[in-house]
Amino acid sequence: MAHQAGVETGADDSGRVSLMNDPKARGFVFQALLIVAVAAMVWSGVTNAIDNLARAGIASGFGFFGERAGFDIGQTLIPYTNDSSYLRAFFVGLLNTMVVGVIGIFVATIIGFVVGLARLSKNYLVQKFATVYVEVLRNVPLLLQLLFWYKAVLSILPSPREAAQEAGVEIAFSINNRGLYLPRVVPENGASLIGYAIVAALLAWFFIGRWAKKRQIETGQQFPVFLTGLGLLIVLPVLAFLVTGMPLALEYASLQGFNMVGGWVIQPEFMALLLGLALYTASFIAEIVRAGILAVSRGQTEASYALGLRPNLTSRLVIVPQAMRVIIPPLTSQFLNLTKNSSLAVAIGYPDLVSIFGGTVLNQTGQAVEVISITMLVYLALSLLTSAFMNWFNSRVSLVER
Amino acid sequence: MDNNTQSIAFVRTEESPATAPPSTSSGVGGWIRENLFATPRDTVLSILTILLLIWMVPPIVDWAFISAVWTGEGREDCIVPGAGACWAFVEAKFGQFIYGRYPIEERWRVDLTGLLLIAGLVPIAIPSIPYKRENALYLLVVFPILAFILLTGQFGLEPVETALWGGLLVTLVVAIVGIVVSFPLGILLALGRRSEMPIVKMFCIIFIEFWRGVPLITVLFMSSVMLPLFLPEGVSFDKLLRALIGVALFSSAYMAEVIRGGLQAIPKGQYEAANAMALTFWQGTRLVIMPQALKLVIPGIVNTFIGLFKDTSLVLIIGLFDLLGIVQQNMTDPNWISPATPATGFVFAAFVFFIFCFGMSRYSAYMERRLDTGHK
Repeated sequence: MAHQAGVETGADDSGRVSLMNDPKARGFVFQALLIVAVAAMVWSGVTNAIDNLARAGIASGFGFFGERAGFDIGQTLIPYTNDSSYLRAFFVGLLNTMVVGVIGIFVATIIGFVVGLARLSKNYLVQKFATVYVEVLRNVPLLLQLLFWYKAVLSILPSPREAAQEAGVEIAFSINNRGLYLPRVVPENGASLIGYAIVAALLAWFFIGRWAKKRQIETGQQFPVFLTGLGLLIVLPVLAFLVTGMPLALEYASLQGFNMVGGWVIQPEFMALLLGLALYTASFIAEIVRAGILAVSRGQTEASYALGLRPNLTSRLVIVPQAMRVIIPPLTSQFLNLTKNSSLAVAIGYPDLVSIFGGTVLNQTGQAVEVISITMLVYLALSLLTSAFMNWFNSRVSLVER
Repeated sequence: MDNNTQSIAFVRTEESPATAPPSTSSGVGGWIRENLFATPRDTVLSILTILLLIWMVPPIVDWAFISAVWTGEGREDCIVPGAGACWAFVEAKFGQFIYGRYPIEERWRVDLTGLLLIAGLVPIAIPSIPYKRENALYLLVVFPILAFILLTGQFGLEPVETALWGGLLVTLVVAIVGIVVSFPLGILLALGRRSEMPIVKMFCIIFIEFWRGVPLITVLFMSSVMLPLFLPEGVSFDKLLRALIGVALFSSAYMAEVIRGGLQAIPKGQYEAANAMALTFWQGTRLVIMPQALKLVIPGIVNTFIGLFKDTSLVLIIGLFDLLGIVQQNMTDPNWISPATPATGFVFAAFVFFIFCFGMSRYSAYMERRLDTGHK
């Protein structure tokens, strides 16, 4: 064999492959060329940028973080005035992004699961309704939906003045073009006991659950954990509320001039963003949930029935745990999408990270490179963290086959 | 004997006619019973849904059709009390919504480009029509060149600068350029990510994860604000081109991940078989791997296109007038300001987007069914 091979190659008696055809050598040359090309691009970009910035007289570096911001922000979770620094404005924006992200994820998940289950319902009306919801919301751009909620729905609500005429002096609930007004709960002396009562109820729920599970394993007897827990969660805080002499007051909004003052206000920008994000993402989550449940084979349901489990228990103990394995990876990427999509806030003026930092701060300082890089890095860090978590979770729950 | 047969009271000599099903399970009543009121829970759900529909549907129908203003000259016609949608606004601005400020006497060029596109798209979408390869070549190479010549105005045609483009034209241009560029780029990136050359692989991973990790809006900001800084003095792109670069890079990262999914689904034996046939890497990829991988991920590719098509609306944030942008701009026209104008405009834009996206998603579902070989 060796002899024959030697004869066939003929010209190349040494047995070495010509350098042209050696995958290693070719790979080396190709990669070297790639590095040179990328380095040349980066180098020319950087030198051009330095030239251009110097010519335009724009400062570089991150010194601007300490300077006075000088603009106001409509919704701030941490103390902020226009005397605060750009750094503080950055954190205000970041927090606002996170708030809308977290609440949006919460709402979208609930609506998504409900709609996803409704799409599998045997009830004709419910199923068609869910289908129409999913198809309409999924096929219309999110930005359009946001603008629709903001400009076509919330903006044409009555003004505070007109709304106040209907509501009277003490306004318990009012939705007008300045936002949603609800009474604010003002804690007085002793209100902290109510908080302790809630914590105590949650702890009790947890321990009752553990005890009930242990008892069920030992004796087979079941215990209504959920109802007991829910009862505790309602009864204990109410008791604490009554015992301490009702220490919660409600502060109502009232009309002053053209605007409403006091109470608890949810800005229309926030409402529009939350509505848009949650409804839009929910339509995707619904499809994921549906696919996940359909992915559990029919045999599992039949096996469960054969064991004598009732439909409710079947879905709780057999279907859902297996469906979750399919649902969770794409669900996480929807959460990520929602967070990234919250950057569309800039179109309706909700002060999120992109709108404050990539909008106002960029305009004031002109330091495009720094500002946009930081904004991108924040989102990048969020997504990389999420995908790292997702990979870890995936490797934990995925089935080990053969 | 004879007597015996007669003693049996009745012998049926032919099959008895089937009895009608019970009235509770047939006809309209049966259908309603089975699909709406099967269990107490279904009954409650049905009643709630019917109430919801009664609450929602009549006002929507009233707004969109019955009280809608179909013809009119300006805001006076739409501002009357109790008026619904202001369709007269859409009618008056329809040309702008489609072409933007493209000069009226040159609009035939846009129409012709649209026809050329349809001429390429229809045959490639119907599976039974042959010459797919030539057709794809036409769509990916010939059509973009023709469209560029027609739309920008080369070879003696009146030049039309991109600042005048708008409406559905810009939406389609951004979406199609994104698709046409992202497809080959996505294939290269997907191959690169699976390459055995460590540096190539690293560059591809960084590129893909970077673009997938940031929101499109920051990419557009970057391409509109930061990109000019990195170019030598005197070189400048127009605004549309800058947005196109951002969109194309962004979508190629997503495309790469979809195609990588297809590559991963190809059994190792196929790669080994290609090697055993002494095909080079590129021959094997072109003739053996890609045809199978792309076929597997057609639904995923179409979904990426749908996402890209919807995302084109974001270009309005950097000041381009796509369909949504031009609708929004026209809402501020003093001649047409009325409480119903924004809703009308948005509903119209939503309808146009819906038609495109829903069409694509139906097509993807159809292909999925067609390509499903039943192996699981």
